[in-house]
Amino acid sequence: MKKLLLGNESVARGLYEAGVKFVSSYPGTPSTEITENTSLYPEIYSEWAPNEKVAFEAALGAAIGGGRAFCGMKHVGLNVAADPLFVTAYTGIGGGFVIGVADDPGMHSSQNEQDSRHYAISAKLPMVEPANSAECKDFAKIAYEISEQFDTPVILRLTTRVSHSRSPVELSERVEHDIKPYEKDPAKHVMMPANAKKRHYVVEEHLAALAEFAETTELNKTEINGSNIGIITAGNCYNYAKEAFGKDADFLKLGMVNPLPKKLIADFAASHETVIVIEELDPVIENHCRSLGINVIGKDVLPLCGEYSEELLREKLLGIEPDYCEIGAQIPGRPPVLCPGCPHRGVFYTLKKLGLRVSGDIGCYTLGAVAPLNAIDSVYCMGASISSLHGTVKVRGEEDKYVSVIGDSTFMHSGLTGLVNVVYNGGNTTNIILDNSITGMTGHQDNPLTGKTLMGNPAPNLCLEDICASLGVSRDHIRAVDPNDLSALEAVIKEETAANCVSVIICRRPCALLKSVKKNPPIKVNEDKCIGCKSCMKIGCPCISIVGKKAKIDESMCVGCGLCSQMCKFGAL
Amino acid sequence: MSKNIMIVGVGGQGSLLASKILGKAAMDSGCDVKVSEVHGMSQRGGSVVTYVRFGDEVYSPVICKGDADVILSFELLETARWLPNLKNGGVIVTSTQQINPMPVIAGMAEYPDEIVSDMKALGVDVRAFDCMAIAEEAGNIKASNVALIGLAADVLGFDHEILRNAVAACVPAKALEVNLAAFDLAVEKARG
Repeated sequence: MKKLLLGNESVARGLYEAGVKFVSSYPGTPSTEITENTSLYPEIYSEWAPNEKVAFEAALGAAIGGGRAFCGMKHVGLNVAADPLFVTAYTGIGGGFVIGVADDPGMHSSQNEQDSRHYAISAKLPMVEPANSAECKDFAKIAYEISEQFDTPVILRLTTRVSHSRSPVELSERVEHDIKPYEKDPAKHVMMPANAKKRHYVVEEHLAALAEFAETTELNKTEINGSNIGIITAGNCYNYAKEAFGKDADFLKLGMVNPLPKKLIADFAASHETVIVIEELDPVIENHCRSLGINVIGKDVLPLCGEYSEELLREKLLGIEPDYCEIGAQIPGRPPVLCPGCPHRGVFYTLKKLGLRVSGDIGCYTLGAVAPLNAIDSVYCMGASISSLHGTVKVRGEEDKYVSVIGDSTFMHSGLTGLVNVVYNGGNTTNIILDNSITGMTGHQDNPLTGKTLMGNPAPNLCLEDICASLGVSRDHIRAVDPNDLSALEAVIKEETAANCVSVIICRRPCALLKSVKKNPPIKVNEDKCIGCKSCMKIGCPCISIVGKKAKIDESMCVGCGLCSQMCKFGAL
Repeated sequence: MSKNIMIVGVGGQGSLLASKILGKAAMDSGCDVKVSEVHGMSQRGGSVVTYVRFGDEVYSPVICKGDADVILSFELLETARWLPNLKNGGVIVTSTQQINPMPVIAGMAEYPDEIVSDMKALGVDVRAFDCMAIAEEAGNIKASNVALIGLAADVLGFDHEILRNAVAACVPAKALEVNLAAFDLAVEKARG
């Protein structure tokens, strides 16, 4: 039976068919739906871990325990999980172990544009890369075979367009794999120098064997159309190349992107006058070709930055410009905004009003940085709000007033250790945790603070106040407040930024998009009272506009959160 | 040759359901198909575009400038934004709904007037309808995304029954009747 599946859904189907028993992941666009979908198969135990390193180690443990295991994350998640990643190349696995990592060329939902293929190279691990949903499923299954054949974890590399596009997939049945017997083998699994020195030789032997495998594996395909142009490509770039060149080129599509074959590439290149390498982000295949003495067209013509497209290839490689029309008027941009009723809105309005410097973090609330709120000074990576603010205040002293802002899920991901550092080293920062009772940006995943697991089971309700107190923050300076009560919020922030000690303010109100959150009737404008002062516009709510010098509320969007009413001094809202 | 359809609008307007319906209709027509969706940050009230491509063999999940046969739009400004993707001779079916983006709300930019007549002046085949009014007439304003599909039914390139069945298969069971009513009413309105 053929079904139209999202790339990520198809990876999950592949894991199901491959007999995977254990999945542990941390959500991150564009990888999240893999694990959401494995959780729908009762045969696969699936969980959200607090961060990618924990998820990786849990999945590693499951593999060492003899079951087939998987761990999924976005590209920057692999930075968090890099420590165990590198060492597992040395230890090998038990049951098959596959790591799914989704890169985001074009940065649709990311803070950088890194190319995960470098991880496969430097950790000395095999990496496979599918180009469509059917391959997502097939490659996931093949990855388990490679993993068990070569006793190594395998990385399944995805990109946004593959993860988030649907195409037909032929479904098969699940094949169960027995849990492998456990054998104590410290020389293989205790990575202290005496053992690791010996294991490094094994890693190199595996890599050499995998390089041989890459010469003949069906993952790498040659398509000959009788052209003197040869295109070497991988993943979704193959799709763009096929659209742009059709039958006017021959193709070497690499499904295994580490290690790369030598003879296969050299032979393909030797039979073509012109060789073009088409790969998004870094010149990995291109550099490999050059190391083999093959002259190729690559990043000299094609960009290092951003997403590729059929249009880009037509323009850069074939000199064909698109034929299109547009209207003369300026078209205003439509950047993403905090949703109507978002509990973060009042926090950023207040921080801006108080003129505080804000060390931000990763999540929906990063949108507090855009106009008209413009409240955030910096956003780096998960957890950096608390830890980086500590350093800033240590060198600058307290002449400026600062706060950090971090979401509940991000705090559990990597804010905890930053807060421990502040307490341990006598810092006195004010740290705001935006507790909206869910992992918001990636589309509502549960986390250790929501009281529910991925598979829908009840979980212990961890309490943020107790956690912060146990880390050493004084109970007097752990303050919970409703962020939609603007005057209470402002008072608490003023008190805690004035206090000469570490403090935590928990802004607690659930995400307005949660089904369990009751919507109020839309706010009405009393046009007799509205003087058109635009005070209500300062909160950056997409429901409010000024029409004919009066405030106007879009009733189809307004959820009646009442923030604008608190802004109005004339009682017009 | 593939048929290229874009669905454009503002995050939260229901383009995922529309793309699901077209994807199913394409599968049921025996075509190869690719549907590219947007998840994550840009969904939050931002400009959202979904690509649906079908035919004998489809590779790229993305539709480039000058390559769309049909653009279905939930919002007028988004119609104007994505006009460059329309193929010469292509058709735009758009809702007349307007949602101000933040730069307009914040007074930093203006929402262009006369988008539809500007496009018509360029010779573009643009068909504008009040989708929400059609959905309301059919019984529920929430069916406006299905109404938009109904309005475009005759230009999407599907067998009419296959498309209608795809609508029936993709909408929530409890809203089946009102969605089919919105679809049928929209087909009628489009045929004039």
